[in-house]
Amino acid sequence: MAKSEAVFSFTKVSASRRIRDIKEKAIEVVLFLAASVSVLTTVGIIFLLIEESVLFFQKVSFWEFITGTEWTPLFAEPSYGIWALLSGTITTSAIALVVSIPMGTIIAIYLSEFASPKLREICKPILELLAAIPTVVYGYFALLFVTPLLQKIFPELPGFNMLSAGIVMGLMIVPLVSSLSEDAMRAVPVSLREGSMAMGATKLQTAIRVVFPAAISGIIASYILAASRAVGETMIVAVAAGLQPNFTFNPLKSAATVTAYIVQVSLGDLPRGTLEYQTIFAAGLALFVMTLILNIIGYLLAKRYREIY
Amino acid sequence: MQGRDNLLHRRRLEKVFVAVALVLIVSALLVLLSLTAEMFIDGLPRLNWKFFTSFPSRHASDAGLLSAWVGTVLVISLAAIFSIPLGIAAGVYLEEYGRDSWLAAIIEINVTNLAAVPPIIYGLVALGIFVQSWNLGETVLTGGLTIALLMLPTVVVVSREAIRAIPASLKEAAYAVGASKWQVIWDHVLPYSLGSILTGVIVAVSRAIGETAPLITVGALTYIAFLPESPFTSKFPYVSFAWLQAPFTVVPIQMFNWISRAGTDFQANAAAAGAVLVILTLLMNGVAIYLRYRLRKAVQW
Repeated sequence: MAKSEAVFSFTKVSASRRIRDIKEKAIEVVLFLAASVSVLTTVGIIFLLIEESVLFFQKVSFWEFITGTEWTPLFAEPSYGIWALLSGTITTSAIALVVSIPMGTIIAIYLSEFASPKLREICKPILELLAAIPTVVYGYFALLFVTPLLQKIFPELPGFNMLSAGIVMGLMIVPLVSSLSEDAMRAVPVSLREGSMAMGATKLQTAIRVVFPAAISGIIASYILAASRAVGETMIVAVAAGLQPNFTFNPLKSAATVTAYIVQVSLGDLPRGTLEYQTIFAAGLALFVMTLILNIIGYLLAKRYREIY
Repeated sequence: MQGRDNLLHRRRLEKVFVAVALVLIVSALLVLLSLTAEMFIDGLPRLNWKFFTSFPSRHASDAGLLSAWVGTVLVISLAAIFSIPLGIAAGVYLEEYGRDSWLAAIIEINVTNLAAVPPIIYGLVALGIFVQSWNLGETVLTGGLTIALLMLPTVVVVSREAIRAIPASLKEAAYAVGASKWQVIWDHVLPYSLGSILTGVIVAVSRAIGETAPLITVGALTYIAFLPESPFTSKFPYVSFAWLQAPFTVVPIQMFNWISRAGTDFQANAAAAGAVLVILTLLMNGVAIYLRYRLRKAVQW
């Protein structure tokens, strides 16, 4: 009697176990599907950008696109030279990096090597607020606060100019550089610092000649990710740098970036299948390829510094 | 004696460096401060109750944010409903199930990369897929889906970090008393990591509120002088989904539209909208910073 009861409860357990196993498997499948949405998004991005760009390049020569310096899609004889937009993207991004790299790096060295833990805990989140402000607000700031200030130094400066947009974009990116570089430097083992100080080096010498080189791949990764952010930034340049394509690398001029061009076209009505509709996808593909290359380099470098120690 | 001079020199350099660094940190804070001040000073004439209860108008002093903030609330809520459960589920899968499989590795690289894709690219994809292929139109639904796609990678990343921080011993204890994998996750891992996930989600939502470019590409309008139908009705079944089909605008787009008329009275409207955005951002991030601080103090594994 006792024995059969034991057998009975054993089969009962195994039945509920089986139900449980099925449930577990079903949950795993659901979770996997949720995770694969990200892959679908990537596939969607690549597929769509290429699909519309292929249609675009059936009408416009690829060679003209990647070497031309005139972007006049609305003219009677239109030109599609992406360099007219790339020059704006490159100039504004370069200015942004000139601002954010030195500023971010010095702040990172200070926070990592000099600041007390308490000061660091307070400074880091407050600095990160700079990156949280909506970019359209930064656009307003660049156009109506920074540009008038700059016009006191350069009286010739037009109301829309790449200098002011670039500087403000750089300020926005500072926390990205400072936080990632600081993480990289703090991952350097203390023993390296102790070795340097035991040889009589000051804190600053240790920071610059020992910690900085040891963390270099992580620091460069932060620079590259900053560049990628600057290249893809849209609203600041659309508001403050102007919407007119202009092949120039002069920061005191007004010029549209790749992103600003996409915004400008989207503000109008966009019937599908027209060449104008396809231009924004071709411009988007150029943008995507640039940021993808930067992101991959940044990812690989960031991964490397984690592996060394 | 020479060695001493050398040391003095090096110490002086160090002091100069610290001074420079402090000046830079303070100037970064000044930027934040002057930005906020600028919005409030310029926007002062419009920062009153009427601004939030009126539609946009041809007259700057009558033009308000009503349709824009309602649009923001609807679009962001929709985006949150889609992206938060999906993102947490994906995070759970990547951390707890697919640790070593090559498929999970691909998904992981994907998520990292997606988080760095410029928002405007998402706008293009949404235009091509949601608006053109699926014929959803330039509606609240399209806007919500677009922002959801944009938020998703961030939610996945913060969920993963939160889940990874749960010590293995906790899970092992649950397994030891016979819990299944899902029971461990649902009853132990998720409740403990919920605080950190929430913190990350608040930051993601705050960023989503400020997103402008992707919604411009999907065709959010800049002039909306009516509200979508209310989601609650007086008749059975008391809820209506007509608002999903309504055209919309959001606060940052309304602000962008007003900025393009800078130099006129509309500049004050733009600044007032900016002040609203800055305050929302600072508040939400402030809450997130506070939560993170509390969590770090409260939980010591």
